[in-house]
Amino acid sequence: MAELITYRDAVARGLAQEMRRDPSVHFLGEDVAAAGGVFKATKGLLEEFGPQRVRDTPISEEAILGAAMGAAMTGLKPVAEIMFSDFLATCWDLVAVEIPKTRYMTDGQVTMPLVIRTANGGGLRFGAQHSQAVENWAMAIPGLKVVAPSNPKDVIGLLAAAIRDPDPVLFFEQKSLYPSKGEVPDGEIVDELGVATTIRSGSDVTIVALASMVPRAVDAAEELEGIGISAEVIDLRCLVPLDTATVIESVKRTSRLVTVEENPRLCGWGAEIVSIVGEECFWHLDGPLTRVTTPHIPLPSADALEDEFLPSVDRIVEAVQKVVQ
Amino acid sequence: MSTTQLEEPTRDLSEDELLRLGLYRQVVRIRAFEERAYRLFMEGLVKGTSHLSLGMEAIAAGFGEAMRADDYTFCTYRGHAHTLARGTPMAGVMGELLGRASGVCGGKGGSMHLTSVEHGAMGSYAIIGAHLPIANGAAWSAQVRDSGQVAVCFFGDGTTNIGAFHEALNFAKVWNLPVVFVCENNLYMEYTAIGDVTAVEHPAADRASAYGLEPIIVDGNDPDAVYEVAATAIERARTGGGPSLIEAKTYRHGGHSRADPGQYRPDEEVAAWLERDPVPTYRARLLADGLDEAALTEIETQAQADVDAATDVARAAPPPDLQAAYTNLWADGGSSWRN
Repeated sequence: MAELITYRDAVARGLAQEMRRDPSVHFLGEDVAAAGGVFKATKGLLEEFGPQRVRDTPISEEAILGAAMGAAMTGLKPVAEIMFSDFLATCWDLVAVEIPKTRYMTDGQVTMPLVIRTANGGGLRFGAQHSQAVENWAMAIPGLKVVAPSNPKDVIGLLAAAIRDPDPVLFFEQKSLYPSKGEVPDGEIVDELGVATTIRSGSDVTIVALASMVPRAVDAAEELEGIGISAEVIDLRCLVPLDTATVIESVKRTSRLVTVEENPRLCGWGAEIVSIVGEECFWHLDGPLTRVTTPHIPLPSADALEDEFLPSVDRIVEAVQKVVQ
Repeated sequence: MSTTQLEEPTRDLSEDELLRLGLYRQVVRIRAFEERAYRLFMEGLVKGTSHLSLGMEAIAAGFGEAMRADDYTFCTYRGHAHTLARGTPMAGVMGELLGRASGVCGGKGGSMHLTSVEHGAMGSYAIIGAHLPIANGAAWSAQVRDSGQVAVCFFGDGTTNIGAFHEALNFAKVWNLPVVFVCENNLYMEYTAIGDVTAVEHPAADRASAYGLEPIIVDGNDPDAVYEVAATAIERARTGGGPSLIEAKTYRHGGHSRADPGQYRPDEEVAAWLERDPVPTYRARLLADGLDEAALTEIETQAQADVDAATDVARAAPPPDLQAAYTNLWADGGSSWRN
């Protein structure tokens, strides 16, 4: 049996699944308990697990992540919510300097089994300070695992995998995907970190996408099929660990690569994929390695402007056509 | 956690006397270690930077003796003293300072990141303020697990002006966490006097009321006084009474770090504080209170012998294997980011 649920409801289902299984899983963040989250993605958790395991915090991002870190070092498996990924900048010391380095600096004396969930990316007209796609920030830090699911089933499975993982995981939920629906099987769902999914097979070009760019890449692939171009679409799902094997195998077959990312142009994750493919697939290539990104600007608010700057299906189609020509 | 061991006491010592010998042993060992560390910097054996607790030993000592073996210590880059005070072997600490494989962190931490989890020394954090919220987390975990453990978090006066200090105090109070925050106010942040850049006279204590906490100020050069406030605050935390914030007034004998001769401090101020050096003043008090000088001498001799032995072990130890650089990023022991 399977049911159709939203990406939003998948978050609560994934958390509940793991909290039922493991009493050491605790969840904290701003407005996450009584209010059920500003995106309503954690509705019902307080009622099921009580105020000791589902806790509202002050607006103190450093205090939230510090609590998660200290608890992870001493026997709990905390899940902390940072309401918008933009706010990671207010607790970047914890994210970039404390959480990822402490296991290494102490030569393995501590483990850091924690998950930071956060609403990431644009598309909701929230303007430049609530719309950034910052998964590339996290990817740049040694010691963080980075996950960004594109559909409800992956939200549950990858969230379960993240919570069970003994290392710190940044879990980016693309906020424009919260209302989107997908088929989810009944029962426990547990996925694996670091495994990309080939969601559409093709022979002319490989399109690698993440989170909200995945449905756009699929739409583009369908349009391309109509004009005789066969595109393979890979949902990367994780940036760290990075499933380079799936990407490399695909590009060696198709001989062309287009990455589609929401990150601004400079140092977005697509640049890393292009660099790896350039080094390791060079002799198999028949076209320029190409990135579709947002321009290197803050994301503007107005409908027309945001739509112009987020990678669209048209832009993906156009980029692929140029590569295949 | 008393670490005092006397081979042949000349008479039966009271519990209080044993405690005070334990405190004396702590300050003497830390002093001996820090003096040796300084000498080894001068010899070029310790690279990078280092921050000594010379003159500030009584704070780590008082808390070290008041803590239970399974309590948690969180300290700063000036953390040799706090790490040793929990019973971490000197040889492992010295090995870490010298960048040897025998160091407590295998050479990956260094002077600013000393950690010995098995001794409850949960890390030395080198970003001002970072570890206050982290100590809260350990306290939260203890609360959830109902373990009775307490987290003690040491930091300097400069920390009181950073956001994490204020976030952590509010959070600790609201969640009623078993945590004790200890501000070691040595009057100077790095090169600037804390009083020149702070809105209140007592940088920690004057902020306590904003978080529903009692203002507590203690003479940080007095091991007896520190022990007393430590024991009280730890007991309060352990029995569900929530967090405390303690401001311990003290002074560092040297500069902020290895590179700093500390010349921004007036001569008369330095001289006045040297008069209050916790090691000789405590020694004199113990003698005046009737403790046997032989017992004190024994502690001093043993401390020097321990430091000598630790130095020998560290100097003889090999540098870390180069492959060690690629280990222990992840819980699987490795550092791989791709397949």
